[in-house]
Amino acid sequence: MKRGRKKQPQEAPGIGDFRQVGADTAAGWSTHEKDERLVATHCCFCGVQCGMYLRVAPDGRVFGVEPRDHDINKLKLCPKGVTAYQQVNHPDRLTHPLMRESRDEPLRPVSWDEALDRIVSEINRIQDSYGRDAFAIYSGSSMTTEKTYLIGKFARVALGTANIDYNGRLCMVSAAAGNKKAFGIDRAANPWSDMFETDVILVAGSNVGECFPVMTQYFWGARDRGAKLITVDPRETALARTADIHVGLRPGTDAAFFNGVLHVIERDGLIDEGFIAERTVDWEEVRTMVRTYTPEKTGEVCGIEPALIEAVGRVWGEADKAMAFHARGIEHHIQGVGNVLTVINLVLATGQIGAPGKGYGTITGQGNGQGGREHGQKCDQLPGARAIDDPEARAYIAKVWGIDESELPGKGMSAVELIHAAEAGEIKGLIGLCNNPLVSMPNADRIRRGYDALDFHCQLDFFLSETAERADVVLPVTAWAEDEGVTANAEGRIVKHNKATEPLPGVRTDWWIVCELARRLGRHADKFAFDSPREIFDELRVASKGGPADYHGVTYERIEETGGIFWPCPDEDHPGTPRLFEDRFYYPDGKARFTAVEWAPPAEEVGDEFPMRLTTGRTVAHYLSGNQTRRIGALVQQTPRPWVEVHPSLGFVNGDAVRVVTRRGEVTYPALVVTTIRPDTVFVPYHWASPVAANELTVDDLDPTSKIPEFKVCACRLEPGVEITETPSPPVEAGKTPYSDAFGRDDDTRPPSVPQGRGTAQG
Amino acid sequence: MMTKTLFIDPGRCIGCQACVAACRECDSHRGRTMIHLDYVDEGHSTAAMPTVCMHCQDPIAPCAQVCPADAIPVGPDGIVHNAAKERCIGCGNCVYACPFGVPKLDLSEMLQYKCDMCYDRTSRGFSTMCATVCPTGAIFYGSYEELLADRPHARASDIFGFGDALIQTGCAVVVPAGRDRSSVPGGWS
Repeated sequence: MKRGRKKQPQEAPGIGDFRQVGADTAAGWSTHEKDERLVATHCCFCGVQCGMYLRVAPDGRVFGVEPRDHDINKLKLCPKGVTAYQQVNHPDRLTHPLMRESRDEPLRPVSWDEALDRIVSEINRIQDSYGRDAFAIYSGSSMTTEKTYLIGKFARVALGTANIDYNGRLCMVSAAAGNKKAFGIDRAANPWSDMFETDVILVAGSNVGECFPVMTQYFWGARDRGAKLITVDPRETALARTADIHVGLRPGTDAAFFNGVLHVIERDGLIDEGFIAERTVDWEEVRTMVRTYTPEKTGEVCGIEPALIEAVGRVWGEADKAMAFHARGIEHHIQGVGNVLTVINLVLATGQIGAPGKGYGTITGQGNGQGGREHGQKCDQLPGARAIDDPEARAYIAKVWGIDESELPGKGMSAVELIHAAEAGEIKGLIGLCNNPLVSMPNADRIRRGYDALDFHCQLDFFLSETAERADVVLPVTAWAEDEGVTANAEGRIVKHNKATEPLPGVRTDWWIVCELARRLGRHADKFAFDSPREIFDELRVASKGGPADYHGVTYERIEETGGIFWPCPDEDHPGTPRLFEDRFYYPDGKARFTAVEWAPPAEEVGDEFPMRLTTGRTVAHYLSGNQTRRIGALVQQTPRPWVEVHPSLGFVNGDAVRVVTRRGEVTYPALVVTTIRPDTVFVPYHWASPVAANELTVDDLDPTSKIPEFKVCACRLEPGVEITETPSPPVEAGKTPYSDAFGRDDDTRPPSVPQGRGTAQG
Repeated sequence: MMTKTLFIDPGRCIGCQACVAACRECDSHRGRTMIHLDYVDEGHSTAAMPTVCMHCQDPIAPCAQVCPADAIPVGPDGIVHNAAKERCIGCGNCVYACPFGVPKLDLSEMLQYKCDMCYDRTSRGFSTMCATVCPTGAIFYGSYEELLADRPHARASDIFGFGDALIQTGCAVVVPAGRDRSSVPGGWS
């Protein structure tokens, strides 16, 4: 089905001013608040990184938001983006360091000197007694790339520990590993605007409408221009509702499904022999393997009609141009890397990559999920997305940092392994920043034991998270609007967050704290003499030079002058690289790799005792562990509490107390009874803390390559519950009332109207 | 329908409530949303639909017609405004008269609140806040021609049937192909 008669994009209706009818609301706008300033920046939440203006009052206070016509989002914002500014002057903000001598005592306010001295003495004590690697850093990707770079350098240069990792390990790291294996580089291949030129879009394991709401406009825009949409998800999400084909497969069977689709394509002669011969290697092994994945066999594994597999194979195989996207739904598995590779096999076998309208990408979840995985806060990585075991990379980075190569530690432990090692007594001290693992890590009970076993734990945050609440020292840091720096969105586009306001009194930025700790430790203190994010960024540019994630040609000024720059960008004359793989892949021979992946069952198969599959995910009003969004009034009203989503065939009525039991724990949720989920599968959103945390239930087996946990499937059983487990308020300092309670958080036990929340009429 | 107006396209709506959140941000009614977001088939679908004031043209503004305090002005541009606070007596007649369930009464203030198509913005040529932020284009602000330029296959209707009564509105909804000559929800042609 060639569609050669399709109009070229520049002639296609609407392309020139896509969604821009009306006017840029910000330019020339005035309000009741005279003399307010609009500061151009981006959202702090997901990987879309929507542009926005923050409204700043004459006294410097951030008090509102205006839409911004940035290339990424074209004025659009989701409910989290609209309300993000409410964090800045939020009454729950931490404004002084907190400390305690032992975990039995309450946290008490202390001076910065006292807190920093304690941290330094604990680092010295633990490293002197147990070795340098006994002190670890656990970092995150919801902060600027400058900070992620600096913390990686701090771990290796100032602490001299191998053990630093980041919360992308819980996010898209399977995609990162799969992309590196297939393409030799870890980045989404196309700008999203390519979608307007494609004929078929396949989305696997991504609830785009809730996790990346503003990205939906690209999907709908593509459909306006005639593209077909295929969704693959155990739930019929808002994106899937009107899709041309929705594949509601069984959780944990993705690799089988994509092998089955490739079977149909190969059988029907719809592969691109020329592309395979010229631009790839190792096809024959995959071809032989997929021949065993007949639609009948695959349908049985996936719990779907074989005709669906035939239909997807036909639509994808016959497309002139096609694009595939996936997210956590296929990545959060012990076979996460394998699942990703099966999608890539499909893309490569049909030559659907490296041209306008032909492409592939993971949809990164965190605001800086892309940038945060590039510059050395991963346990196996140095800046520029270099491998830590590559002698050339080590020599280069050691030179940039001005240390001896022998001082540079090797590969450390990955995130979940770090906390498990703390439980085993191997890790004694930990500094955590930009994460909330007591909500976000799997099998929460074991994670609590890990944190409780630490000799010393310091946590940095701007709210008292569930994890910070248990720490020995808590340092209050800036919210995103109080500092500047770059992020890279899910397309690989580098954008800049601008500082809209001074930090609240008593608050310091993460990079200042890191530099100050290095100074007080007295280890290579001169390597941390930074006075601004710009100085850190300039060093990062040099450190990344020549690496796969090359930022050398990116400057703050160039980012502001453009709609953002796509790396690699080796020098200041280079325009950046919006679309990868047009000529070559990033292996020395320029060719992409096929990998044959046999489907394997999940870590926990269902049986008599636990006959149902539990899957977890997000809802639109909340973000990750909810430490931010559970404090914002509008978002709490939209979705005040978690629920369990079940099919009506299980016999429950909406609002029933349903106890979800797994081998790790049990929680009683209100039932949201819907026909949009598979009868053999139940869903729980993961943004809330224990005792209602979804991670009280999840399994903590890891993908052997990426070390990602299998959040997306484990075995459970449902029982009629007695009392619905109460949702706790977000933690605050002693003596304060959580804002969400003060404004009247509705803690009743009803489920939402639908997965997206309560309708405004439901109150 | 009006020249530049709001088009509601429920087929595109993902129910995220960005419109609700954005409406709350307005400087004239901070913290209070004028837009209603309903999940229209709970238990069976993720479908959702926002409701804004439709600015009824024929018959003109039932809410204003029944107002005993003559508090709801209708502009020459067709915009049906909020009840003027100095005139509104909080009787709730407008709430009962509106065919779309748009006006709401604040019982503590005994004042009416309703959507006025962001008059502070649209009267100066800017888009409404809800249409500006809507991630999916389910709320669209512009002329019919501009809608068609963006979505060539879209068709809209501004006639709503309530039994035998027909109402022609200033705003419109995007309807299935071939149904733009019928009233919404259909049945009349």
